[in-house]
Amino acid sequence: MADLATRTLPLSGFHGGSGAAALSVASPATRISLRAKPDAVAALSGVLGLSLPTKAKTSASSNGRYALWLGPDEWLVIDENEADLMAAVASGNVLHSATDISHRNTAIIVKGRGAAVAINGGCPQDLSLAAFPVGACSRTVLAKAEIVLLRTAEDTFRVECWRSFSPYVSTLLAEAAEDAGN
Amino acid sequence: MLLIYCPYCEEERSELEFRQAGDAHIARPTNMTEMTDEDFEAFFFLRDNVKGLTFERWRHLNGCGRFFNAARDTVSDKFLTTYKAGLPRPDLSTLRPATEATVETYEATESNAK
Repeated sequence: MADLATRTLPLSGFHGGSGAAALSVASPATRISLRAKPDAVAALSGVLGLSLPTKAKTSASSNGRYALWLGPDEWLVIDENEADLMAAVASGNVLHSATDISHRNTAIIVKGRGAAVAINGGCPQDLSLAAFPVGACSRTVLAKAEIVLLRTAEDTFRVECWRSFSPYVSTLLAEAAEDAGN
Repeated sequence: MLLIYCPYCEEERSELEFRQAGDAHIARPTNMTEMTDEDFEAFFFLRDNVKGLTFERWRHLNGCGRFFNAARDTVSDKFLTTYKAGLPRPDLSTLRPATEATVETYEATESNAK
């Protein structure tokens, strides 16, 4: 009898951080890298059930689904309910490019009053609430790794990174979280 | 750390997110099959490598991913301005004083040190 494949999650069982910035692994989600010209944005927004942001550093969310502005014609769409995003955007019948990157990325949730300090341990961006309010997102760097940062609450960030970078990103964040205080 | 203004993200970001991508405003010839080897070499390989003001392409690699153009002083590493790809060279006389003045030399700053 054939054994069914079992899913091995990157960072399975990982936890860490400090009292000021607790680290946890985000639950599995489906993700697509979506690229489209401005004339397709309205139709794609309709089939995704949220309006794709067109302003730099902004995101939209609705029922566990997030659309993050990465570039003038590029978005990262995340669905925490593991809905089939590829089928959703295909049903829009407009010219676009979508790549399923559900298993390329993984995410770490950084939560606590020192969350911004912990991320700033490797990321040079200004994460004050004035410059990076709730809902702000950005592709940026965490030391040597590329990450996508999303502020989901005043004291909570979602750090998306490639799964092959996840041991590096998680270890670095754990070190920085300890420096952020207890 | 240098802060570079990305015209697409519309804010200053750390230099760590950017990569330089060669000279800007190099027009691709339309008659490439008829060109002499010397002309093609000049288009393809030969660059001025100026000291002082230069126009370069930069890419916001770990950000929005866009290419844009920048006017930069190669001596002081100062970015005079950045602008979106496809736009003509900006008029720099309205932006900053002449670039020569931004270069600090030993004679200018230390020559009368006691």
